[in-house]
This record gives sequence, structure tokens and C-alpha cells, in this order.
Amino acid sequence: MAYTSKAREQFQGSIQAIKDKGIYKEKRFICSPQDAEITVEYPEGAPQEKVLNFCANNYLGLSSHPAVVKAAHEGLDSRGYGMSSVRFICGTQDIHRELQDRMSEFLGMEDTLLFPSCMDANSGVFEAIMEEEDLILADRLIHASLVDGIKLCSAQYDTFKHMNMKHLEKKLQLHSDKRHVLVVTDGVFSMDGDLAPLDEMCRLCDQYGAMILVDESHASGFIGKTGRGTHEHFNVIDKVDLITTTFGKGLGGASGGCVSGRRELIELCRQKARPYLFSNSMAPPIVNASIKVLDLVTTNTELRDKLEWNAAYFRKGVEEAGLCVRPGNTPIVPVMLYNAKLANDMSRDMYAEGIYVIGFFFPVVPAGAARIRVQLSAAHTKEHIDKAVAAFKKVGEKYGILGLDKKGIIDKYGM
Amino acid sequence: MGKEMKDMILEYVIDEYVDEDDDDEVGYDTALISSGIVDSFSMVSLKVFLEKKYKISLPDNEATPEAFDTVNKICKLVLRFQG
Repeated sequence: MAYTSKAREQFQGSIQAIKDKGIYKEKRFICSPQDAEITVEYPEGAPQEKVLNFCANNYLGLSSHPAVVKAAHEGLDSRGYGMSSVRFICGTQDIHRELQDRMSEFLGMEDTLLFPSCMDANSGVFEAIMEEEDLILADRLIHASLVDGIKLCSAQYDTFKHMNMKHLEKKLQLHSDKRHVLVVTDGVFSMDGDLAPLDEMCRLCDQYGAMILVDESHASGFIGKTGRGTHEHFNVIDKVDLITTTFGKGLGGASGGCVSGRRELIELCRQKARPYLFSNSMAPPIVNASIKVLDLVTTNTELRDKLEWNAAYFRKGVEEAGLCVRPGNTPIVPVMLYNAKLANDMSRDMYAEGIYVIGFFFPVVPAGAARIRVQLSAAHTKEHIDKAVAAFKKVGEKYGILGLDKKGIIDKYGM
Repeated sequence: MGKEMKDMILEYVIDEYVDEDDDDEVGYDTALISSGIVDSFSMVSLKVFLEKKYKISLPDNEATPEAFDTVNKICKLVLRFQG
């Protein structure tokens, strides 16, 4: 069918509607390697600016780490550029197997299966293991990719209030007639930076005979005393049945993901998960570099310790400056502004101060909970953080929000 | 429309979707979906409740965010399917 002028007008109208809602995503170009200090062209066509990056998932600062880049080069030289195949035809090399084994060991799981991304892992895992007589019980704030995966599968599903254990228990009781129940949560929730109470969740799952899946994308490599993740933090490594996670954040930042967990469940994913069966393998340079990342994070805890210090130092700085910060102890620090326009305006002013941060608002976060989400990295220096805190103080002062709590900010700017 | 049904659904919505420390006031005409109190993912809990409670089956093309946006609209939908 031709792309008619009527069709074009209709699509233009859809784009305009997004703009009218104030949720249009602008183009931003990074003209340097990903790091704490980056060169940015924003808006499109504007002169390039050197800014400090406080919005990347580069938690351990490994995106451009020399040892990781070197390992990617070595992988390129020894195993080539691409696999030109899905995993099960001719897309699995010895290094794919090695990375799977290393991830099983790192996460404390029985087996692991690599996917092109964690989005793919989350899209495929539920359909592979859950059927019509089963039920998936999910925290209401799980990542969008888990929501998509749950909706794609034939199992029934229900939800419970965010991290509300009383509500989870009530739902486990309600669904006690189902064959299998799988509780689903993020380990660290990406917008609030809060940790799912896995100790209590695993206790309830034990009590009611449910399995549990945890998405550790914002935890792998740095949460827990040796960076294994949220399950290590809560000392429930042997209680978690399935973990999905990514190599696109703390563990190197390129791409790729995996499902890790009970042997039979991983085998079913290998047989049935559609993104595994119908999408290309992780590219060899990324696989080789990911193995190097695991070498780095298991040799010592230097990077996750530095990240922990950076996050605490930044949090203390912005709290003392009088910003309203959501409590927590992860490298995700939400500076709460509640009003969407205020979050947008302040992030623009922060950019002018040389700090690259983004405002988030509905529908990415609940209505009336707009914020600037700050993400710390082990690559940040104390000076970087001091500069970011000073900028927040200056911009916060401009908008008259220093020292104001939630009510004060909403009274001044509305929701 | 029976007040009993309205109250029953309102009570469920508050219990299911509003946190104890939340100061949202929810009434019969409060927008639930478009205001973000109920998101499209967790709307399934409400659908399951209605189907069980009122012994009806709501097809997906009827259980839309628009039809579920207020307690009053939900009541109308349930009554229609109760015949």
C-alpha cells in the first residue's frame, strides 16, 4: 500500500499529540565514548558541550574501561564480528558457553541462557515456562519489559502493591488454587532505586509454594557485599528460582542479557523462548568483553565499593543542600520535584551548568511523582560529584525549592 | 444502579489500589486510569474481581481503560453484562 498523504498526515498527527502531551523525546547525541565526562550535541545541531554524565546506567564505570575495550578487541580478532545466526542453529561459540557458566557461578544459579538483551530475556521467559493453569503475580512497578513478557504469555496474571508484603500474601492466598505461581519483581526498581525485600518475599514464596523471578538489571555487579545482586544483599541466593539481568548496565554497558536459575526452567527457555529461537546471538566481541567484566568484578570489590561511597556522598550532598530526595541506599538517587514541567525545566538548567541529567514524569513514573533521576557511577570522582551538588543547589535556589518537602513543592508548583 | 454495587466496587478499588499513606481521595467519579491511580497493567486485578464477584465474563475489547475509568462507568459495564 502506498504511503499516502492522508497516511502521512495521520502519523504526523500522532507525533504532534505526543508533543502536545509534553512527553516527546528529544534527540541527544553523545560524541565521545560513554563515561563520567562526555561530549554532547544537544539540541540537535547545537555546538558540542563537555558535560558530566549523571544519567547513564554505567554503574561500575566499565563502559569504556581499558581492560574491557581490550577484551572486546581480542574477541573480535579471535571469534569475529557477528554470528549471522540464532543461538540454536550455528550461533553458539565456546565463549557463549563460557559466559553462561561464569554467570551461573557469579549469580549462584544452576544454569544460564544468554539472550540478545534482557528485554528479550524478559519477553521470552514467561511464555517458555508458564501455561494457562499457572499464575504470574507481579509487583506493580516492575520494568516494562517484564510487563510485556507477562502479557505475551498464556498464563493468568495478577499484581500486588509495590513492595507491599501484606498485599502479596493476600494475593498468594487468593491464588492458592493455581498449579504454579511465579512471583515477579525487580531487585532494584529503576525509577525509585528501592530494593525489593527479597528476604520477606522468599519467605512468603516458601510458605505458599510459589516460585520467584527477580530482574537484577539495576543490581548485578554492585548490590550485595560482593556485587552478586539483591539476593546476596538479603542473603537469599539459594531461595531465588530465576534471575534475569543485563550486560548493558553495570556489567559493561554494551548489550546482551540472560536468564539464570533452576536447571529445568533454563532448559525450557532453551527449547521454547521465542527471542532465543528467533533473534541473533550476542556478538563475539561483547561476549568476550563480558567475560572480562566478570573477571574484574570478581577479583575484588573496589569498583562496587567506590560506587557505594559515591552514591552516599552525593546523597548526603543534595540532602544537605535542601533538595527533596527519596530515601534509599542504591546508586539511583531520585531528586523529587513532583511537577513535570519543573522536572523538565530544572534538567535543562542543569545541562547549562554542565550536568547531564533527565527529568522523568508520567507515564514513566506515576502521575504527580516527577523527578530528576540521578545515577552515580564508580567512574565519578569526588570533584564530579561536588560539581553536580553545587549545580543542584544553584538551580534549586533559582526555583525556590531548597528546604521544601513534598507538600511545599506541590503547594508552590502543583502536581 | 444499586448503591450496594457502587460501594462494593469503590471499597475494592480503595483497598486494592490506594496505599494506606496515600492521600488520594477516591469517589464514584474519580478518574482511575487516566489519573494514574490504576495503571493498565494492574487493571487486570479489577477485571478478575468483577468477573468473580458478579459472575460475568468481560471480553478484552469491553474491559478497556475508558470503560474502567470511574467507579460509575465500571458499574454501568457490569450491569450491561449482567443483562
